[in-house]
Amino acid sequence: MSIEKELERRIEKIKKGGKQKYHDSNAEKGKLFARERIHLLFDSHEILEDGLFANAMDEDLPADGVITVTGKINGQTVCAMANDSTVKAGSWGQRTVEKILRIQETAERLEVPMIYLVDSAGARITDQIDMFPGRRGAGRIFYNQIKLSGRVPQVCLLFGPSAAGGAYIPAFCDIVIMVDGNASMYLGSPRMAEKVIGEKVSLEEMGGAKMHCTTSGVGDVLVDTEEEAIQFTQKYLTYFPANFRKKPKQIDSVEPKAFDKPISEIIPENQNAAFNMYDLIDRTIDEGSFYEIKKRFAPELITGLARVGGRSVGIIANQPRVKGGVLFTDSADKAAKFIQLCDAFEIPLLFLTDVPGFMIGTRVEKQGIIRHGAKMLFAMSEVTVPKISVIVRKAYGAGLYAMSGPAFDPDCCLAFPNAQIAVMGPEAAVNAVEANKIAKLPEEERAAYIQEKQAAYKENIDIYRLASEMIIDDIIDPDQLRQELISRFAIYQNKNKQFTERKHGVYPV
Amino acid sequence: MEIKASMAGNVWKITVQQGEAVEEGQDVVILESMKMEIPIASEEKGILKEWKVQEGDFVNEGDTMAIVE
Repeated sequence: MSIEKELERRIEKIKKGGKQKYHDSNAEKGKLFARERIHLLFDSHEILEDGLFANAMDEDLPADGVITVTGKINGQTVCAMANDSTVKAGSWGQRTVEKILRIQETAERLEVPMIYLVDSAGARITDQIDMFPGRRGAGRIFYNQIKLSGRVPQVCLLFGPSAAGGAYIPAFCDIVIMVDGNASMYLGSPRMAEKVIGEKVSLEEMGGAKMHCTTSGVGDVLVDTEEEAIQFTQKYLTYFPANFRKKPKQIDSVEPKAFDKPISEIIPENQNAAFNMYDLIDRTIDEGSFYEIKKRFAPELITGLARVGGRSVGIIANQPRVKGGVLFTDSADKAAKFIQLCDAFEIPLLFLTDVPGFMIGTRVEKQGIIRHGAKMLFAMSEVTVPKISVIVRKAYGAGLYAMSGPAFDPDCCLAFPNAQIAVMGPEAAVNAVEANKIAKLPEEERAAYIQEKQAAYKENIDIYRLASEMIIDDIIDPDQLRQELISRFAIYQNKNKQFTERKHGVYPV
Repeated sequence: MEIKASMAGNVWKITVQQGEAVEEGQDVVILESMKMEIPIASEEKGILKEWKVQEGDFVNEGDTMAIVE
């Protein structure tokens, strides 16, 4: 055999991955081969691979169970690693880890996005001294991720398990997309939990995709198939620049489709009645441009990427349809990370406010709602991207602050004509101030007295009065919101802002 | 399937009575909390078998309010 033929033979063998039986069992679960995933994700087959021959002396460990490549997605250079679960369940040996480190370091040098296609059982225990504790051990992967965080976008597609220490790869990514039924994350497996703490649970309960995307919040996007995860990633990346030095690309504006009811007709006059904030978002953004992050987690607050006039915008919106749009510990947590994500990559922020405040009661106090709320305020204050705050209906108490109220240096704070801004709503305020007086009144006089006091209170916080005091910058017609935002985001795009000079703040986590 | 309270509050209005049919996503009760009306929908289609609460009751987050079968 010629030298060239021999090389070709060896390459082909490695590119086949592990034993056929593992390919078959993966296919049964709807899992694609790692190389197929890469081909679907990248623009073309012009993909540069390094470390193909890693551990090539061992026939059972083709590429040492991980594929590391540089290629293009949407024409943008991107680095990626993909665990090959047909090779020792995608476990990490010394060269696996070294390959991951090198592709991360390539992403750092090139300042391009880093994508993690994860499907791995974790550390190869037999190799632990070589891959676990040292300077170039697995810990270095996370160290590199943290260093890359905010420099370049980092995306995790979770196709299978991400176990024990390996579960930190998703944790340090900007976004985690999980395939329902196959993806899982856990520090200790159900088998280990039963042995060590005596708990009996299924894998789905312990760390399944649904659990993480609805309850723990470690997962961001739940999808049914691997193809869907890949398509989401491709779309997601169009909203981002390659790195923190650049701005996202602006594309052509797409008008929203025509709706029967305009915004002015979907918002109930009764401040206490629910409406669906998605209806307002759909009427404001470019059609089909909404990519929601953490849709199932803390749905009382909506966070998502959208386009307004072709421009990438991060939306943070209260959802009165769920829990009255009240802010909880999880919603504050969700907002803090999303705000940081947008600010890191120059994506302007839009706050759509309809919030009765932060939740009260013993349950949330025990959960530390004060520090979680503080975290949201902290993230929202620090941003230097354009920031527009729109008071859709009401902004009570610290809810006004958390949603980028006037004191938090938004580029502008706009309000709809029936908006209310106050420490608390009229009912609560009259109750707080007048409770003793009301109690002393004969019962038949109470209702009229309360009504009169509430009316006086409403007058006191009237939105025209607040505009007159220059607390808000403008009152706008709800049906002109989209046009107003397009104009304002265009004006603010070149804003020059440094938050403050220091090493870093002390984050209230 | 159990209909649970999404947050602490008062049961303000029961909108589907015992024995009536419910569609998936249909509101069955409205809570009142933080001065807001909080509609709670059934996640499944079925028959509302039993109410465990009455209008005016206080419920904590996670409390079961009704059973849908």
